[in-house]
Amino acid sequence: MLFTFYLFAVIAVASSLGVLICRNPIYSAMSLVCTFFCLGVIYILLNEEFVAVIQILVYAGAILVLFLFVIMLLNITPDGELFRLNIPKVIGIGITIGFLAQIIGLFLSGLQYGPKDIYTVEKLTEEGSIAVIGRLLYGEYVLPFEVVSLLLLVAVIGAVIIGKRRLD
Amino acid sequence: MIPTQHVLILSAVLFTTGVLGVMLRRNVIVIFMSIELMLNAVNLSFVAFARALDSMTGIIFIFFIIVVAAAEAVVGLSIILSIYRNQKTLNVDEFNWLKW
Repeated sequence: MLFTFYLFAVIAVASSLGVLICRNPIYSAMSLVCTFFCLGVIYILLNEEFVAVIQILVYAGAILVLFLFVIMLLNITPDGELFRLNIPKVIGIGITIGFLAQIIGLFLSGLQYGPKDIYTVEKLTEEGSIAVIGRLLYGEYVLPFEVVSLLLLVAVIGAVIIGKRRLD
Repeated sequence: MIPTQHVLILSAVLFTTGVLGVMLRRNVIVIFMSIELMLNAVNLSFVAFARALDSMTGIIFIFFIIVVAAAEAVVGLSIILSIYRNQKTLNVDEFNWLKW
């Protein structure tokens, strides 16, 4: 199980670097799909099967297909030059890598956890994790749930209005 | 059992890749994909902490993050489409019509 995790972690990092270095946006989108599938496998290894299904259905299935549609609608040619490095960008890359090193050092030096909740893996397999998620979404978190559904509605209306050629 | 630190390190590496993509690439669609990559890295660290703390709150948050990511992708891609229709470019260095 640990070996599977490391294998898919390496594939995920490699394909996310593929997003960065592919000249053609379609290849970037395809390596992003690969990253999302690897993350789905890692979610399954972490005992979160429902999140894995949602990840593959919504991210790889819906959002990335939307990206591919737009790329193919626009008839994009591959980028001529990949990066144009100048002094501010090099400084920015240095700061980003520095932050990454600092975060990794922080994680490796050990974590202290707060109080634990009640939803252990045994309890979730006994009750069913989807049942627990549903009860929480429609019970404790019902207000954020409604707000988010309103946000999605507004986004759909906004996309239709922006996407129209002219407003009559 | 997978150590939580290693999942968090994977999440940090993926997030850094996304940040580098936003900084380096000039194609606006690739920048959007890098933003999706960053959102996924955050999701991964939510899952890691939810497993480590035996909590469901992180999982609930992931659903909200996915919905916000979908809304952002839909609106952003339609903005990109209308920009391309009017200006015939996708290079963010040439997006300067709002500059004073």
